[in-house]
This record gives sequence, structure tokens and C-alpha cells, in this order.
Amino acid sequence: MGTTTDSPAARHQASELRRRRVGLGVLGAAVLVTAVLSLFVGARALTPGEVWHGLFDPPVADQELTGIRLIVQTVRLPRTVLAVVAGLALGVGGALIQGYTRNPIADTGLLGVNTGASFAVVSAISLLGLTDPFQYVWFAFLGAAVAGVVVFGLSSIGRGAGNPLTLALAGQGVTVFLAAMTTAVALSDKAALNALRFWNAGSVAGVGFGVIWPMTLFVVLGLGLALATLPTLNLLNLGDDVARGLGVNIALMRTVGIAAITLLAGAATAACGPIAFLGLMVAHLARPLTGPDHRWSVPFAGLLGALVLLLCDIVGRLVVRPGELEAGLLVALLGAPFFAAMVWRGRFRTT
Amino acid sequence: MTESTAPALAPGLRIAGTSFPWRPRLLLVTLLLVGTAFLLFCVSIAVGDFPIGLPRVLATLFGRGERVDEFVVMDLRLPRAAAGLVVGVALGISGAITQSVARNPLASPDILGVTGGASAVAVFLVTVSGGAASALAGSIGISAAALAGGLGTGLLVYLLAWRRGIDGFRLILIGVAVSAAAEAVTSWLLTAADIRDVARAQAWLVGSLDGRSWEEVRPALWGTAALLVVVAAAAFQFRPLHLGDDVAAGLGVRYSRVRAVLLLCAVLLAGTAVSAAGPVPFVALMAPQAAMRLTRSATPPLAASGAVGAVLLIGADLVSRTVLPVSLPVGVVTAAIGGPFLVHLLVRANRR
Repeated sequence: MGTTTDSPAARHQASELRRRRVGLGVLGAAVLVTAVLSLFVGARALTPGEVWHGLFDPPVADQELTGIRLIVQTVRLPRTVLAVVAGLALGVGGALIQGYTRNPIADTGLLGVNTGASFAVVSAISLLGLTDPFQYVWFAFLGAAVAGVVVFGLSSIGRGAGNPLTLALAGQGVTVFLAAMTTAVALSDKAALNALRFWNAGSVAGVGFGVIWPMTLFVVLGLGLALATLPTLNLLNLGDDVARGLGVNIALMRTVGIAAITLLAGAATAACGPIAFLGLMVAHLARPLTGPDHRWSVPFAGLLGALVLLLCDIVGRLVVRPGELEAGLLVALLGAPFFAAMVWRGRFRTT
Repeated sequence: MTESTAPALAPGLRIAGTSFPWRPRLLLVTLLLVGTAFLLFCVSIAVGDFPIGLPRVLATLFGRGERVDEFVVMDLRLPRAAAGLVVGVALGISGAITQSVARNPLASPDILGVTGGASAVAVFLVTVSGGAASALAGSIGISAAALAGGLGTGLLVYLLAWRRGIDGFRLILIGVAVSAAAEAVTSWLLTAADIRDVARAQAWLVGSLDGRSWEEVRPALWGTAALLVVVAAAAFQFRPLHLGDDVAAGLGVRYSRVRAVLLLCAVLLAGTAVSAAGPVPFVALMAPQAAMRLTRSATPPLAASGAVGAVLLIGADLVSRTVLPVSLPVGVVTAAIGGPFLVHLLVRANRR
């Protein structure tokens, strides 16, 4: 890069900045278009007029139009909103966890969020006899949050607060413990096992706005915290000593960052079930587009997460019509070959 | 460089042109772990509906026991204990190799695709009834089919990651992707299946040592023994691999060949373990990390990792048979004991 004079470097920087802004705009537009598309597609394909009627027109007596209203408002719209919210949350969470643990194979499940939620779900079913997803979603969120807090607490004892490796390994320890407990409950209770297998597939369908709005609130809170910590995350990745020398309160920033990840991943997991691989994948996809600057790569990862989850949900409605495949399965089934091809072509480097 | 000018960094042993660093803590802890593993092995044989004293167990193992004991020990209990030993050692060493080559403490043979592939094949055979699947399951057995699936997936990961040599970073990213896809297939099969089949599949997915006979254990025993010989031969060039490719090459290690051989061994060891006990979770990830902290070594020590794996697996099997009111598969107990133990080691190391 030309560094002999200031102007080429400055010009390069300006064009780079413009490129990233345009990229972010294009991604945002793609998410919007896909979200609109998501309202049309399904076991019963809808025309634009029908979608418009379902969204905005007042109820009428016509039987068929009422049915369409029902489809749009209670099926298509909730799952579209949830796919965007959960995709954003998992994308941002995935990019953040890789930043905070400095580990390229860290995923949002690392903090124990997924298994915490699973354990809470099987326990709620087995001990309290709950059967309705609307009821155990709150247990799932509680389980995810408690697991996240426990992992972070354990990894912060003593000198651990500054050590990304401790966080990752403590997360693994708690994760397997909870997974074992989940299996133990599921093996002894057939109803719990039955719910667990569908829960584990990870789907954006089947929950209503009664669940989605509160979860969105948590996600917005998490996104706010996440965006606020991004500049310091860049400094943290220069190494703890450098960051401390630049005046960063490491323990505080890590606590805020982990709290953000727990909120984001916990809310998304509670509403959808564990969607593995999404956060990990989009974090890697975002980095070649933006470079290592977290202020850019994290928002890119969020939008990519929303886009991928929306697309997978749409594809899941089309491949086995009139049945459906869960979006969580398709994220892994479609994402993995794509991701492997990108890796093979050398698009990703060690962070 | 002559020996007189070599900097005296650490004491070492030099035998016939080969030098070993003298690290008493590593040696002592490894010996203690091996001793513990052997003790648990004997206790595991001694305990049961027909208790046999430890001296009689030892006598029988060395061929001087009574006829009654011989039947119980050799035919009924030894296969199970041997399976625990073999699976534990194989997983521990496989994990140590993977974490060393990938230079990532979160790496385990699970992300080389072995576990994911084996699980998908086994669940397919259990849940998809009728036709070719049942015929296949009946003729070669679920364990053998799972082994083939696991090794096939491991090979796929290896081939996909091959591009003018194997790069540790590329390998684990592709491994993560392939494993995620395999897990999605498993999850899909489970959602589509009958709930009774799901329960059977879940039991296999946890990993168990129940009802192992010599026919199932013997291949795993010989396979692991043969692989350990190869690993031991390659282990002399093992430590420099942690230092990065350039340093390793500078120290005279043909790193691409050594790494290829070691990774192949890791995949085969993990496959052997899966064939004998199903995908017992977490041992491969935890054993090297625990061994590192117990021996205060900077890198995963091979022998100690294997010993920790054996202690964990045999110990967990013993706990599930004796202490717990209901009999749980060994995989549940290893995770339930191993998870908190790893956290305990981390907390203790951070407090110091």
C-alpha cells in the first residue's frame, strides 16, 4: 500500500469506507427483500394482493380471505420477524464470541446457552408436565441465561477474568455437564425425549408474537450493548497488555460483552431452539468482506445471519412440500458445503 | 554446536544419541495416573453381583486364580473393563493429538467428523426400518457400520481439507462444517422417526459399555495397540509441532508427513473408540486439558492424556454401576463427572 505520501493511503481508506457502507446497505436491502419474499412462500403460495390484504385490510366476512389473513398474520409474519431477529442475534453473537475468546471455532453455544436451554426444557416437561412450547420458552430463556452467567462467573474467578481460553473451556465443561443431565432426563421420560428431538432441530416456526416481542426486546438490549463494546473489542484483540496500556477496563468490557452474547444467544435459542453453526459461519463470512475491524465485521455478521436464516426457512418450506424442514437443519445442511468450499479456496485466515 | 557451548536450559537424559528432557513432575503424575487407571480397572472387575476380592482378581488376571473366579473375571467382567480401558486411552490420546495439531484447545476428534459420521449412520440404521437398512444392520452390525461411517466422514474431512498439504486451521474449520452437517442429518432422522426408535437411537448416541463381549472388544484392543505403536514412533517429533510449522521445520521435523500420520492415527483411534462404546462425549476434549493441568505441562502430554481418559471412563462406568440408583450409560456419567472436574481444574489454576 502506498504510504510514501498521505494522499493515496487516505484515498484508499475513503474508498474502503465507502465500499463497506455500500456493502452494509446492500445486505440490509437483501434482508428486507428476502423478508418480504418470506411472506409469499409456503405450503399455500400467496399473491401480492393476498399478502397485502392479510397485512393491512380490516377483517371481512369472506371465508377464504379470513383464512389468508390467518395465514399471513399468525404464521408467515411471526416466523419472518423471528427469522430476522434470531438471525441478527446469532450472527452478532457469533462474531462477538469469536472476538472475545479469540478462537475461530467458538460458536454461540459455547457459553452453555444451548444446553442450558435444552436442560430447562426437558426439566420443565418432565417435572412440571408442560407440553406447550409457549410455556416452556420462558424456562428455556431462564436456563440459557443461568448457564451463561454460571460459565462467565466460573471463568472470572481469580486471574481468569482476562483469559479467553478459560472462558472457552469453562463453557465446554458446563455445556457437557448440562448435556449429560439433559440426556439423563430424556432417557427416563419419553415425553421429554419427544419434545427434545423437535426442539433440537431448531425452527423459527411455531411461536407467536406473545413470545417474539419479549425476545425481541432482549435482542435489542443485547445489540445495544454489543455495538457499544465494539471499539474496545478491537483494542482487546491487540492483547490484554496493550489494551490495558490504552486505558481499557478489561474486566468491565469483557463482562459487558459476555452479557450481550448471553442475551442475544439466549433469546434466539429460547424462541427457536439451538441453531448451531449459524453464528460461526457468518462470523467467518463477514471477515473477508470487512477486514478484522469489529465495528464493521459484527454488523455484517448480524445482517448475514438474518439473511441466511430467512433463506433457510424459505427453502425449508419448499423442499418437502406440503411438509417442512426446520430452518436449523437447513442452516447446517446448506451452510456446511458452502462454508467448506470457501475454506478450501482460502477465503478465511486465522484471526 | 558442541555440547559445551549449548545453553543449559533444562536437565535432560541422553541415551544413545536420543535425548529426553528430565521433567520429574510429568513422569510422576503420568505414573500415578497409570497406577490409578490400573487400580480402577481391577476394582471394576472386583465389583458386581458376585464380589471378588482384589487379590483374587489380580491372581486370576495373571493366570493363578480358581476356576470359579476365572469364568466370572475373564469371560464376564474383563471385556467390559478392557473396553473402558481401551476406549479411554484411545479417546485421550486422539484428543491430545488433535489439540496439538490444530493448536486449539477446543479441538477434539469430534470435529474431525468421526463422531458425527458414526452417529448419523447408526441413527439411520436404527430409525429407518425395512429394506436395505435393516438388512445392512442385521448383516454387519450397527457398531461396524458406524465405524465405517465415522472413518468415511473422517476421510472426507481430510480430503476436503487437502490442498497442497494439510493446514491445521483449514482442517478444523472444514471439520466443524462437516460435523455440523452430519449432526443436522442425525437431528432430521430423529424428528422423522418413530418415538420408540428414537429412544433406542438416543441410547446408542450417548455411549455405553453395557453388555460388551470379547467379540466386540478384541478388535478395538488390537487396533488401539497397533495405533499406539505408530503414535509412539511419531511422538518424538510431536512436541515441536506446537511451535508452528516454520520452527518445527527448522528443528528438522518433516511436519507435513508427521502431522498427516498423527492425524490419521487420531481419526482411527477415535473410530475404534466409537466402534467399541458408541460416541462417548467429551473424554477426548477434556482428558488432554486435564492432563496438561495435572502435569503442569505447556502442551497436551500424550501418555498422561491417555491415562486420564482411561481413569475417567473406567471410573465413570464404576460410578454408574455402583453409586447411582438407576443405571445410566457411561457417556452420561463421564460428562457429568468430567465437566465439573475440568471447571474445577480451571478455577484452581486461576486462583494460584
